[in-house]
Amino acid sequence: MSQSNSKLDSKIPDGPLDKKWETHKNNIKVVSPANKRKHTIIVVGTGLAGASASASLAELGYNVKTFCIQDSPRRAHSIAAQGGINAAKNYQNDNDSVFRLFYDTIKGGDYRAREANVYRLAELSANIIDQCVAQGVPFAREYGGLLANRSFGGVLVSRTFYARGQTGQQLLLGAYGAMMRQVDLGKVEMYPRREMLDVIVVDGKARGIVVRNLITGAVERYAADAVILATGGYGNLYYLSTNAKNSNATAIWRAYKRGAYFANPCFVQIHPTCIPVSGDYQSKLTLMSESLRNDGRVWVPKKKGDNRPPNEIPEEERDYYLERRYPSYGNLVPRDVASRNAKYVCDEGRGVGETGLAVYLDFSDAIRRLGEDYIRDKYGNLFEMYERITGEDPYKTPMKIYPAVHYTMGGLWVDYNLMSTIPGLYVLGEANFSDHGANRLGASALMQGLADGYFIIPYTIGDYLANTDLPPVSTEEKAFEESEKEIQEFVKRLLSVKGKKTVMEFHRELGMIMWNKVGMSRNAKGLQEALSDIPALREEFWKNVNVPGDEKHLNKNLEFAGRVADFLELGELVAMDALQREESCGGHFREEYATPDGEALRNDEKFSFVAAWQYKGEGKKPELVREDLKFEYVKPTQRSYK
Amino acid sequence: MKNMTLKLLIWRQKDANSPGEMVPYTVENVSPHMSFLEMLDVLNEKIIKEGGDPIEFDNDCREGICGMCSLVINGIPHGTQHRTATCQLHMRHFKDGDTITIEPFRAKPFPVIKDLAVDRSAFDRIIAKGGYISVNTGSAPDANSIPISKEAADLAMDAAECIGCGACVAACPNASAALFVGAKISQYTFLPQGKPEAKRRALRMIEQMDAEGFGNCSNHGECEAVCPKEISILNIARMRREFLKAAIR
Repeated sequence: MSQSNSKLDSKIPDGPLDKKWETHKNNIKVVSPANKRKHTIIVVGTGLAGASASASLAELGYNVKTFCIQDSPRRAHSIAAQGGINAAKNYQNDNDSVFRLFYDTIKGGDYRAREANVYRLAELSANIIDQCVAQGVPFAREYGGLLANRSFGGVLVSRTFYARGQTGQQLLLGAYGAMMRQVDLGKVEMYPRREMLDVIVVDGKARGIVVRNLITGAVERYAADAVILATGGYGNLYYLSTNAKNSNATAIWRAYKRGAYFANPCFVQIHPTCIPVSGDYQSKLTLMSESLRNDGRVWVPKKKGDNRPPNEIPEEERDYYLERRYPSYGNLVPRDVASRNAKYVCDEGRGVGETGLAVYLDFSDAIRRLGEDYIRDKYGNLFEMYERITGEDPYKTPMKIYPAVHYTMGGLWVDYNLMSTIPGLYVLGEANFSDHGANRLGASALMQGLADGYFIIPYTIGDYLANTDLPPVSTEEKAFEESEKEIQEFVKRLLSVKGKKTVMEFHRELGMIMWNKVGMSRNAKGLQEALSDIPALREEFWKNVNVPGDEKHLNKNLEFAGRVADFLELGELVAMDALQREESCGGHFREEYATPDGEALRNDEKFSFVAAWQYKGEGKKPELVREDLKFEYVKPTQRSYK
Repeated sequence: MKNMTLKLLIWRQKDANSPGEMVPYTVENVSPHMSFLEMLDVLNEKIIKEGGDPIEFDNDCREGICGMCSLVINGIPHGTQHRTATCQLHMRHFKDGDTITIEPFRAKPFPVIKDLAVDRSAFDRIIAKGGYISVNTGSAPDANSIPISKEAADLAMDAAECIGCGACVAACPNASAALFVGAKISQYTFLPQGKPEAKRRALRMIEQMDAEGFGNCSNHGECEAVCPKEISILNIARMRREFLKAAIR
């Protein structure tokens, strides 16, 4: 495996940490208003990052073309984020600060993120709340009329802003509204029900995309001066995840194949509080917000195989294992720690429910202490959602929860300007790798998506456009022509296999391989098995998949077939990355590298780097390129939440 | 509860320009823990195995918040379960041997794309006319500089919970979008930030709603009854008040 450092320039500005972003903004070029309207920018995806970027860039005067896969931009999966958004406002007077948010995020990410990016994120967090309030986002408030906060995992202050259990929905509708305003003003052209299938690179620069119109099946070409991908994460690689059914990796995967490096693919977040699997028909898993861990207590019976109903198990026979093992953070340990511990107790045979793959999240203490009304006011919609899915009333009996794939910290590599290794191709939000290291803290995804879209890309893209020679590109160019041909052939090939197994069957099988061998805990043997199982499944897919229907009508199975084909490649890269990272950090837990009491054991000497993978062509092993991480302001230590 | 066998009558329509029809299907071994859409997944897998064309239906988050799922189930948008979107409806509410009819949301402004999938882009065009507060990025004052009473924030949130699914339109005998538009207009009436452009917002959104071909509201209340977020019909009254205030100078 060849490794080098020279290929990647993170472009982190010089100067002290707290001055880097300001200095950078002062040094970068600005495009004049008259010239802004000469530039076209493509944005793919309309979640928090894509919608906020589209709105902000259009407000500046750029012509924006925005694409989404759903019937409306408001459906993007940011809408499902429940708990909240972090910001270093220190409104609670609990000694919060930009530095503390930065520190918590770096530590929470197990020291595998860039200091400069994370500091900027913490700096911008306060502006996001201001912006959203001005947009009319109805955040929760105290009786005095000021904003309310709550706590999330991995931190000791109360800095999370929320709108009931629908914070993502409200923030997204704010960004969507801002974008639709620009649609009305003619500055954003909105293209829904389009799936991006290729990035067009002309003279080494991203100059457009090719999409498939999901209603007519037409392959369409769009040219631009820069392309922004805000297409979310790849959690659906595992088939069962908390992601929406349409969330997929195709846009970033196709960009990877055109030369964008893929960074830290093995950093996948498994969220501790999800509703457990109920049967083999299961199509997705539903998250129960982390905010519930503010008032809910996690426990299992002390005895193995104790199948008494929870309220018949006396207090002294319960093991509140998070409170026991982590007295200072208790139930609010970070997600990776909480998930791993749930796995441990279930592996010991102390799991609950029909499958034994669940632990209790119990609100009875909080209800006794604070009253049912208080709990209903705070979590009512989450409790209802739980009851709807399981048929059980969490006011009366503890919730049953189990970890599930939720978020991917890995993604396309970007520099400080959020530009990928393809000049002119920017990547925002969950689709990039930048801010969360090996584990994301709760309520930080919304923060990152909006920081990227509202406050970073509008500055950094201007510098690129002002400094770059961008002769007009026509959609008749050869690169577009060839790409369209490849896509048509790809679609025909999928439809012509006419095998015996459905797309869903392949996706489920891939998901099982990933969950069992590249999941919550990993080891070299399992990863090596995955590295032979995945290519074998991929080979079978192309011989035996059955894609019904045609390409000229709405055909979900055809859409999914393309995405699963990409997942069958990406899965291999995730396993490869997990195998090379011979340490445990954050969500990446290698059984061979653990402390005696089962905590993740990092190896800073050898693995304090970003693993960026460069595509080398079909059937060839990708090349690992390292970006070394430097820690000047925080000293990486063994993460302790005890 | 044991697994069930169900008879389904499902609307099949090749595309917007072809006529459609109800087609019978049988689906076996339905677990009461399945969601309604998982039951349709099982049926689709069976159809594909038998060489048929699977049924198209829109869905995405499958947790009741994105608003992409639809379906009229036994004559009711999102089915009989109160405050529940189709994707959150579970099969434990049905009985072995039941016959279930499944149709698309029907309204002139929501043309069928294929089978059960309809085009609801009219809603986006209405939002584009004023479903926002016109504030550019970067120009906001400190978030706590405008106190808003908890009551007002809660009422704004009640209205803002709308998921834009369109069940209100599908349930209305007039195919009115008054609840959808009313909810968005109301949200901003409770917030000081929403006041400066209140008149313009009401006039433009309502004008667009009419232009899309949605009918008038005649107070049937079906919209509130089927709304998965239980958006109150009071929002329609607020919309009318805003419209009157804007129209009479």
